[in-house]
Amino acid sequence: MKMPSGNSSLVAGACITAAFIGVAVIAQFWTPYDARGISIVDKLQGPSVRHWFGTDQLGRDVLSMIMLGAQTSVGVALLSVIIGMFVGVPLGLLAAAKRGAIEEWVMRGNDLIFAFPALLLAILITAVFGPGAVNAIIAIGIFNIPVFARVARGGALRQWTLDYTLAARVAGKGPLRISSEHILPNLIALLVVQGTIQFSLGVIAEAGLSYVGLSAQPPTPSWGRMLNEAQTLTALAPYLALFPGLAVLLFVLGLNLLGEGLRRRAQSAS
Amino acid sequence: MSDKLLEVVALSVSFGGRRVVKEASFTVNAGEILGVVGASGSGKSMTALKIMGLLPPAAASSGAVRLNGENLSGMPESQMQTVRGRKIGMVFQDPMSALNPLIRIGGQVAETVRLHRKVSEAEARAAAREALDSAGLQGEQGALDRYPYELSGGQRQRVAIAMATVLSPQLLIADEPTTALDVVTQAQVLSLLQNLVRAHNMGLILITHDLAVVARLADRVAVMHQGEIVEQAATTELLRHPRNPYTAALLAAARLDLRRTGGPPDEAAAVLEVRGIVREYPRKRTSLWRAPVPLRAVDEVTLSVRAGETVGLVGESGSGKSSLLRVILALERPQSGRVSLLGESFSNSRAASLNRQRRAIQVVFQDPFGSFDPRWTVEELIGEPFYLLGSPPTAAERRLKVAAVLEQVGLSAADARRLPREFSGGERQRIAIARALITEPAVIAFDEAVSALDVLIREQILKLLADLAQRLKVSYLFVSHDLHVVRAIADRIYVMKAGRIVEEGITEAVFAEPQNPYTRALLAATPKLPVLS
Repeated sequence: MKMPSGNSSLVAGACITAAFIGVAVIAQFWTPYDARGISIVDKLQGPSVRHWFGTDQLGRDVLSMIMLGAQTSVGVALLSVIIGMFVGVPLGLLAAAKRGAIEEWVMRGNDLIFAFPALLLAILITAVFGPGAVNAIIAIGIFNIPVFARVARGGALRQWTLDYTLAARVAGKGPLRISSEHILPNLIALLVVQGTIQFSLGVIAEAGLSYVGLSAQPPTPSWGRMLNEAQTLTALAPYLALFPGLAVLLFVLGLNLLGEGLRRRAQSAS
Repeated sequence: MSDKLLEVVALSVSFGGRRVVKEASFTVNAGEILGVVGASGSGKSMTALKIMGLLPPAAASSGAVRLNGENLSGMPESQMQTVRGRKIGMVFQDPMSALNPLIRIGGQVAETVRLHRKVSEAEARAAAREALDSAGLQGEQGALDRYPYELSGGQRQRVAIAMATVLSPQLLIADEPTTALDVVTQAQVLSLLQNLVRAHNMGLILITHDLAVVARLADRVAVMHQGEIVEQAATTELLRHPRNPYTAALLAAARLDLRRTGGPPDEAAAVLEVRGIVREYPRKRTSLWRAPVPLRAVDEVTLSVRAGETVGLVGESGSGKSSLLRVILALERPQSGRVSLLGESFSNSRAASLNRQRRAIQVVFQDPFGSFDPRWTVEELIGEPFYLLGSPPTAAERRLKVAAVLEQVGLSAADARRLPREFSGGERQRIAIARALITEPAVIAFDEAVSALDVLIREQILKLLADLAQRLKVSYLFVSHDLHVVRAIADRIYVMKAGRIVEEGITEAVFAEPQNPYTRALLAATPKLPVLS
């Protein structure tokens, strides 16, 4: 029996998430105006039929910038989740499969990364390698590694207590083969849920990093920098802060609803 | 004793339209023990909960429950609370979850007294002491001041019994009170219940899945099947002349008469030889100065299994039989000793030769639910040990072989494509047996393989095993705590206690004349159906 509330949050979350990803894809081929096109004549116009979300202090169309900003946001968050998963999950599986010293090293390494706030880590990386979207991806990705390692290890340890892993050992399979054949497939649901949550945290982290100028550099639009630039103009043109702010809020809300819905579905299935 | 203490008339319980108890009617007299027997899900626990007025809110019920002529089924909750504990006591299966872990046991029993009677603290404690005394916890220094975690399972169940009887209720309901206990403790707790009932002229409803437990204790037995009481009679009458076919099947299954023909010829060679195995586990350091003494789970065990022989390994939980089995399966390394299969030694071998050895021994585990990856199909699961073969069979060969073993264990080839969750517990054990058979091993080990099954299913699985042993000439190492089951299947048995083998011999000889005092105690404690001529 499906929980109606779990189901509705799943549907709402999936719709919102799909809408933002759709916008990011469309922006690749089409935006109402050139988001990088400066036109001082049209500067600081309020929302209108021509410019739905108005224009900024350089006359750029805010809607187009938000559409391209979605691309930056989705790209950075998605790639950092992928980095976290591809490094963290094998580490977690390895720790659970080998136990002992390897587990200690992996988990204490995780604690070390966890000890740094994501922003500090990003500043560290950009200080060394220079600011940019790629470095933001790496910084957020590194922060994701221990999260996935812990989730994978926890789920794997539970499965190692079950007899089917014992049966696989009697069938002569080693810990690494059992991890990939039995344990990983049974972790997928858990990892998808965590991935969604990390995606939403990635969106927030990207907005934060670009707000302080450490993510995608101009002229590539990003929501965080739009908020930063709108800050000095809030009295004159409050809508400049409103729309990118709403975009971050709505996207994160959608991802969280999706994660919650997926979590409940995974729970009722097991 | 003709006065009816409890009268249950046409009791029905249903959950959302599904009836789990159908028109059950029975009576219990003062001083009488009524056994209620049935498989899991037959509605026996729901009947007990209804009598206590403890059904979950989702349940709908009808029918009358009369205690001394007073109808309990329509009674408001506030009044029921005075009945529970004072007039009806209840003992549950798991004593640990029935006790508050943070309160000393004396306090818990005293609390029950003070809830129902206006007495002083001291009087309540005196009553608690008396109840714990008669529950067999007397003579222990400061028994009242101990916490539940300091007690063994049997002692905890005694505390639960003391709590249930401290107010001298007229009726006691015990729901599987000994299922979580080992046989020796089970026998003690059962005779305690019997003595209490006789001494206080109480009525007792003893709910269990085990006919043998009931045969020893109950005056009358009610058999439940799919929510209905299918038969109700005096115990000896029911055992001698079961009228209902379900009762007869249950009795036959409980007797476990497999009619096996004798074991292998005397000159049969040993396929599995275990010599001087020692397995120790490190313990936590408790002193800064002394190294911790390791826990010796298996202490110099030597045993052998010959070709075509079924060997039983019996012991209580914690006797080291599971640790020994893990060593035999090469899942763990022993500190010393040697395991050889088909004449080849296991120790110091690398993965490749280890796998060659493993082909000769496979295993069936206890839990029919945890031993399969829920995402794999039956064909993939049964085919998993093919990994042991140097050259795994092709997909077509594999399908044929899996279909063949499925049919050997009484399933059909079409089941290969299904997932494990589509099967019942008994069917899953058949799949596990098929998985063990697929590499045609010389020995199959069974780790409590029928302990989680209902008696009827257990009988079917054991018959299948006896049949397979005869046809395939495979040897079994049958590990179990249940003497009754081991007696039915094994040609020869080893009795294990505290990591050591204390007795071995031909099954019938050991059962007829046990040499070791521990074996004798174990045998005496095992509940069995009386032999009726």
